[in-house]
Amino acid sequence: MLGWRIARHVVSITTILLLGGLLSAALVRLAPGFDVDEQQLDPGLSPESVRAMHESRTQQHNLLRFYVGYMGRALHGDLGTSHSLSQPVRTLLRDRLPVTLRLVTIGLALGWALAIALALTAAARVTAWDVATLIVSGVFLCLPTAVLALISVLLNTPGYLGIALIIFPKIFRYLRNLLAKAYSLPHICTARAKGLGEPRILMFHVLPIIAPQILALAGVSVSIAVGAAIPIETLCGLAGVGQLAWQAALGRDLPLLVNITVLVTLVTLLANSSADVIGHVLKSEGV
Amino acid sequence: MVQKLACAFLLMIGMVCLFADQLAPAGYAKQFRESPNAAPSRKHLLGTDDIGRDRFSRALYGTRISLLLAPAAALLSTLLAALIGGVAGYLGGFWARCAMGFTDLFLSLPWLFLLIMVRGFLPLDVSPVLSVLATFSLLGLLGWAAAARILCAGATTIRNSDFLLQARASGLRRVRLFVFHVLPNLKPILYAQFWISIPVFILSEANLGILGLGVAEPMPSWGSLLRELEGMLSFAEAPWKLVPLVLLILVVSSFELILTKQEFAT
Repeated sequence: MLGWRIARHVVSITTILLLGGLLSAALVRLAPGFDVDEQQLDPGLSPESVRAMHESRTQQHNLLRFYVGYMGRALHGDLGTSHSLSQPVRTLLRDRLPVTLRLVTIGLALGWALAIALALTAAARVTAWDVATLIVSGVFLCLPTAVLALISVLLNTPGYLGIALIIFPKIFRYLRNLLAKAYSLPHICTARAKGLGEPRILMFHVLPIIAPQILALAGVSVSIAVGAAIPIETLCGLAGVGQLAWQAALGRDLPLLVNITVLVTLVTLLANSSADVIGHVLKSEGV
Repeated sequence: MVQKLACAFLLMIGMVCLFADQLAPAGYAKQFRESPNAAPSRKHLLGTDDIGRDRFSRALYGTRISLLLAPAAALLSTLLAALIGGVAGYLGGFWARCAMGFTDLFLSLPWLFLLIMVRGFLPLDVSPVLSVLATFSLLGLLGWAAAARILCAGATTIRNSDFLLQARASGLRRVRLFVFHVLPNLKPILYAQFWISIPVFILSEANLGILGLGVAEPMPSWGSLLRELEGMLSFAEAPWKLVPLVLLILVVSSFELILTKQEFAT
């Protein structure tokens, strides 16, 4: 049963990845100004160089041919060369991926830690503290990611704090509501009345009920964090994949863009599928 | 009480937007070249920007653009969601699987990533009016996926309901069934999705604007107004530059408060 579920996820991820890559390639190909390369306007270039540049772009005119060729080369580890940065895409991704991974991982860990800590203290009873946490999370919920990135630059704080503050209000609100609902269930009230300690109630009676939703939220939070990495890295000057995606979009860099789209889609799908599979395992083990 | 205050605030801001032409002391593009970067004064309530444009006037016009076009984009995305999700759920089977597969493709990319990528492909050196249309149309055209999923589930439930089975047995045609029986029952979900989309689109426009992919100069919007924060060295340096941010937070939180009330009501 578990094997079947994993196989279904693998097929789904592969299909979406292939379609996603093709769609992003189609989007770049159809975008206005695809044929034009800013470097061609450089008066210092010889006519031969301009012609060579033009020919290199012409090779990508047939979208399907480009995509099939790209997939074939990608299977051999060759991800192509970036036009705008004149470097192999593989090298660019290898250099920048650790920056983004670190940013997103620390940001997610901090955001989750903050949200869990606040939700656990706020959800139990409606107090002034609960209202205060709701107001604080509400303010952060209303802040655009890019503004948080600018504030992060202004206060000279690390970029992952920006990611954490974007993740935290969304997780906190959802988690608080989940916990409040779970704590109001009759068997929890009975457990309390019988004198069970709060940690025991949380670990053995509340967490098992809300575990599937928390896992689903974990998958979604990865997607939000990856999306937030673009403005954070761009405005904070961090050389990660988010900044690279930004440069690729502005430079209409087809090979770079297709690779980044496939990578981001893969990360998001893996996060969601892992959450689903872990949830299934926990459920089948009766946790 | 708090929800009433939020409604009143949104109404007030809406009125200010509508009468921006009368309330603004100057046009949004008018330059006071003798006083660039001026501090707040009687003449310029929020001072002037780097090229001498009145910040208060730009905030009024910017609020009008962001607040009027975000609901328009929300309407477009809700209609698309109703069309894709509603029809797919109603038809079911192969069509529903195809539509939801396409929706999954959209949802597999983070929203901000998708928005920035697609906006990056569109021309940036267009007229200000075109840039406004491009930005908000894009929000509407790309923001339908999550709503379509919910609408598909809703339409599937209605499709399997007894009253629709009876209507079908009475010989009603598919189009008539969809327009007169399925869509009216999807109305509450459509309204909810419409209201939820507005603050999301306001924030997305702000993100695009700060990154230079939103509304083009000299047209103001909250996103382009917030770009001024990029050059700030400290909050104390010119706190009046934070007015668009405070306004944005107040408007978005007002929407959130009203939505919370609706959630409790349902």
